[in-house]
Amino acid sequence: MIQIEHLTKKYGDRYAINDINFSVEKGEIVGFLGPNGAGKTTTMSILTGYLSSTSGKAMIDGMDILEHPMAVKKKIGYLPEIPPLYLDMTVKEYLNFIYDLKKCDLPRKQHIEEIADVVKLKDTLNRMIKNLSKGYRQRVGIAGALVGNPEVIIFDEPTNGLDPKQIIDIRNLIKDLGKDHTVILSTHILSEVKSICDRIIIISDGKIVADKKTYEIESALVGNRRFIIRVDGPKSSIANTIKRINGVVSVSTSVEYDDGSTSFFVESENQIDVRKPVFYAMAQNGWPILSLEPVGATIENIFLSVIGG
Amino acid sequence: MIAIYKREMRYFFTGPVGYVFVAIFFAVSAAIFMSFTIQKGADASFSEYFTYMIILCVIEIPLITMKLMSEEIKMKTDQLILTAPVSLVGIVVAKFLAAYTLFGGSFVISSIIYYIPLSLYGTPEVATYLGCVIAVLLIGAAFIAVGEFISSLTENQFLAAFGTIAVILLLIFAQVINSYINVEFIRRIFSAVSVLSRYTYFTYGMFDWAAFAYYISLSTAFLFLTVRVLEKRRWS
Repeated sequence: MIQIEHLTKKYGDRYAINDINFSVEKGEIVGFLGPNGAGKTTTMSILTGYLSSTSGKAMIDGMDILEHPMAVKKKIGYLPEIPPLYLDMTVKEYLNFIYDLKKCDLPRKQHIEEIADVVKLKDTLNRMIKNLSKGYRQRVGIAGALVGNPEVIIFDEPTNGLDPKQIIDIRNLIKDLGKDHTVILSTHILSEVKSICDRIIIISDGKIVADKKTYEIESALVGNRRFIIRVDGPKSSIANTIKRINGVVSVSTSVEYDDGSTSFFVESENQIDVRKPVFYAMAQNGWPILSLEPVGATIENIFLSVIGG
Repeated sequence: MIAIYKREMRYFFTGPVGYVFVAIFFAVSAAIFMSFTIQKGADASFSEYFTYMIILCVIEIPLITMKLMSEEIKMKTDQLILTAPVSLVGIVVAKFLAAYTLFGGSFVISSIIYYIPLSLYGTPEVATYLGCVIAVLLIGAAFIAVGEFISSLTENQFLAAFGTIAVILLLIFAQVINSYINVEFIRRIFSAVSVLSRYTYFTYGMFDWAAFAYYISLSTAFLFLTVRVLEKRRWS
């Protein structure tokens, strides 16, 4: 469906992206993961025809965006990082404008109502875009990308700056879209790609450093398990007790609380879950555990492990 | 392309810009017409009126062209139209036509209205009048193309407006400036770009095909440059 071959974009002497290769199958939801400035937006801009590449090819259905811009652009719905909204229009006028712009031939009224239904904009259709909150504006942007029912949908950081409820809504929406569209989305939030995407492409400094199925990506995370435990009792004895448990690599004090309890940062070997032995050891000594929380895989961890290993 | 044209027209007439333009246009043109044509008494001369209409463009054209491209860049909506299945030429021409509809429409309507008292109280030469109208329409087209081009260079609409004012002033008064310059090379350049000096023949009732071709080329050149600017932005 989508094919990127040796794609390179140079700004002066600096490479924004450097020899990127990947392909996306029909119906896949692919997450583009990377820190800011890694080249996510540049890649997307080239694929949508907004920017031109220095060298390499970006193709959809075997057609190069530079050689067949009209045909390729018709297949794409794009939501840039900042939704391209005309603030002086109502939502309905805006969607109608895009409908005309894309020269759609679906039944207009019905199509726009369907989209408004999908992104939950039905009650807002007649409001001016400038009066809408950020979350609603984002939805209008998404709605705009859906006009014309394009086969490929490209979202650049679709949940950026939204509140948690809106983030969940938008994620569910993207999951639904993935059922009959090919979706590429970029983000720097790991939990986002984990919950939505079939596949994750990690990009760093303009290069692809990992391209894996979502369920494979966590095993790519080599390194120790980590958790933070807060225990009520004598500080040094607790630390020594935990250290003696098989599999524990290191224990360090992180916070001492006024009530006499202390929290420790514990690292253990990847294959061994030490939480149960720790629990029994604390119970034996009569030191109550107040909390225990695993420190999850962060984007930084994934990066460090992928780039380093 | 039609979608973009419609959206620009909508922008003119749902906001204040279109109405302000039309109001200024009719108020100022009527005042000029009154003081230079009607009250002059004896003859039905109108060439001065049209000369002033050209000068009026200095203020009016930037008003409608300053936001034409710069606003899209500033609001990032250029990402929408440049990733839509519309060609760059289509985008540039649609925006040009929208601005031109506003200018040309107001000018043609005002010219028809002002012809009525002229024909009632005098005997104006229809051909000369028509020639002048066509000349101003062509000059207006060139200025709008200039305005659109400058608007595509910046995301600051006021910078676009001032730039457009400066260039239009230069194009109009190139011949006047020329009389103060002794360097032959610069004089040549200035007379090459002079818009107003080429207009003179129209006021004598002659249709100057060279000037006609010149104005059309000027418009085409600036529209072409605008397309190139958009293209270059993708490549840089």
